[in-house]
Amino acid sequence: MNKIVSKEYFSENVVKFEVEAPLIARSRRAGHFVIVRAGDKGERIPLTIAASNLEKGTITIVIQAVGASSRKICALNEGDYITDVVGPLGQATHIEKYGTVVCAGGGVGIAPMLPIIEAMKKAGNRVISVIAARTKDLVILEEQVAENSDEVIVMTDDGSYGQKGLVTNGVEMVIQREKVDLCVTIGPAIMMKFVSLLTQKYNIPTMASLNTIMVDGTGMCGACRVTVGGKTKFVCVDGPEFNAHEVDFDEMLMRLKAYK
Amino acid sequence: MTEQEYIQARRSEPWREELRKSKKAKERGDVPRVHMPELDPEYRSHTLVEEVNLGLSAEQAMLEATRCLDCVNPTCMEGCPVNIQIPTFIKNIERGEFLEAAKVLKETSALPAVCGRVCPQEKQCEAKCIYIQKMKKEPVAIGYLERFAADYERESGKISLPEIAVSNGIKVAVVGSGPAGLSFAGDMVKLGYDVTVFEALHEIGGVLKYGIPEFRLPNQIVEVEIDGLRKMGVKFINNCIVGKTISYEDLQQGGFKGIFVASGAGLPNFMNIPGENLIGVMSSNEFLTRVNLMDASNEESDTPVQKGRLVAVIGGGNTAMDAVRTAKRIGAERAMIVYRRSEEEMPARIEEVKHAKEEGIEFLTLHNPIRYEGDNEGRVKRMLLQKMELGEPDASGRRRPVEIEGATEWIDVDEVVVSVGVSPNPLIPSTFKGLEITKWGTIVVNQDTMRSDLPDVYAGGDIVRGGATVILAMGDGRKAAAAMNKALVK
Repeated sequence: MNKIVSKEYFSENVVKFEVEAPLIARSRRAGHFVIVRAGDKGERIPLTIAASNLEKGTITIVIQAVGASSRKICALNEGDYITDVVGPLGQATHIEKYGTVVCAGGGVGIAPMLPIIEAMKKAGNRVISVIAARTKDLVILEEQVAENSDEVIVMTDDGSYGQKGLVTNGVEMVIQREKVDLCVTIGPAIMMKFVSLLTQKYNIPTMASLNTIMVDGTGMCGACRVTVGGKTKFVCVDGPEFNAHEVDFDEMLMRLKAYK
Repeated sequence: MTEQEYIQARRSEPWREELRKSKKAKERGDVPRVHMPELDPEYRSHTLVEEVNLGLSAEQAMLEATRCLDCVNPTCMEGCPVNIQIPTFIKNIERGEFLEAAKVLKETSALPAVCGRVCPQEKQCEAKCIYIQKMKKEPVAIGYLERFAADYERESGKISLPEIAVSNGIKVAVVGSGPAGLSFAGDMVKLGYDVTVFEALHEIGGVLKYGIPEFRLPNQIVEVEIDGLRKMGVKFINNCIVGKTISYEDLQQGGFKGIFVASGAGLPNFMNIPGENLIGVMSSNEFLTRVNLMDASNEESDTPVQKGRLVAVIGGGNTAMDAVRTAKRIGAERAMIVYRRSEEEMPARIEEVKHAKEEGIEFLTLHNPIRYEGDNEGRVKRMLLQKMELGEPDASGRRRPVEIEGATEWIDVDEVVVSVGVSPNPLIPSTFKGLEITKWGTIVVNQDTMRSDLPDVYAGGDIVRGGATVILAMGDGRKAAAAMNKALVK
């Protein structure tokens, strides 16, 4: 179980794995995630499912090497096994025909956004994807995003590719140009916070997919808790997607530093 | 043979009659109850993995076993949720047949080494012992003896497997590998069923692994008992969440004729007071899972855990005692229990409270947190406690804690573990269509059969009771197995 059938580098620190997990491949929907653990002393970490292949019985995960655990997983190769993969976890994205949907993703967050883009497009929405990265080499999955979007806007911090600026600049451009019915945002917490503040100004309903610290991922411990609309919610079972305008992003940003 | 006849038949075996006559009841009654040897409190409060209770020596066990009067009507058995043949195993210890004693335990209990350690015997079997009921003496140390027999067998390397009926080819599924699920699996496999246990976590054992710490229940001991079940033919599938990875319908289509839901009450309760989401405030489930399941205090583990210097654990149950004693062991200078009632109302076992006190745990009873404050980085730094007094008894019969107006106190803390109970995990109830659920989220079952309103679904343990004990969960597993067997062999 959980054999890595392919490994591809998106950039130096971002790796795409296709992993054997037939039961998860079959039951997962857009928005779901898995918990993975590598090695006997490994930590359980959450990763969103970026795609699945029913015939091959595989799921695709994209992981960025940022800490000890993600580096350990990124170092695995084709043919290796991931000790534990459990899922699909969380609530699936609520997909329906909204009209025009802007999907705003940053960095490695574009990978988990891809299945949502696909599902939104399939449901008959006009999908405009704004994908952002620090620099040209870190823009991932542009082709796949383009295949499923009516329009793609690429933003880079340094202007080395696409347009110069942050994801919010790209989103605002769209808002000023046409009517937007829904915004979906996935990326670093600070990015989601500013996308949320922007769309709040324009009164556009917005969903954010939150990436908090997790342990079990099944609602057992509350490590992932966030305040949404004044109430404590567990990201792993109530989320990971929430109404972005109700999320206390400052508290979430603070809690992400618990083990720094 | 009825249960009563079986008890009598074994009681009248010649060796046993002889043993009974070998000593006068008066002589037996004059033997003082054995004391369990334990690690020194100062030493043990700094070691996370060494068990506090050291177990009885063979001599101690045999002497304690002579205290048992081998009653005609062993009332002790009424107090045991899994109906262990108590006098039979104890008399085997008295005559020195320790392996035989272990066999007797395994007739009815899938996890004797676990139960001997974590059951609240003072509220169960030992509370019904004739010594305490009629003679105003300390009861026979049934729990210690159970532990002795199970440990002796394990250490002897001569572990026997219970007799297993010829396979009947019927597949049954168990959701959750905690004590209820393991007990059910053990009984069903003995009856000849093809049993598969599905577990969401990466390790088998539920609360026995992630919750109860090593110093009270070593994981290795749990693992040996699970391995026994494996050898009997029980299949375990980890990393599989019924309701997510596979569905109820998948199980039915997979040919499972009966499903026992033992998914537990894993959802931690919080108090919803200001500051509860500060860094350093966590549930006891999170704290204990990090330390026990993930081995986070070990430097080789990738999982981190905060090692607080000033730690407050909120609550008065066994989980609170486990958390506070763990915090002390991984380095807390000050480890406190904060409990809103008095010590008398504490639900924790008396032994755990005693052990905690010996280890230097402070008890702030009649105190209740009302808010937490953090520093600039959002880390908890102090808590405001409301002082309480006891008022009139409430619905539970315990005196209700009442706030003393204006009596509050700030105490510095850098870690808070919230241990104020758990609720049933809603995953199963929400994915088994048609299952009747109470307003507390527990599954409604017939109390005698543990059967739900879905004819092939039975449930037991905390998913039916809310947060309860290991042994009650195991008792439910036995009851469900008996009832499901009856329904399936029809």
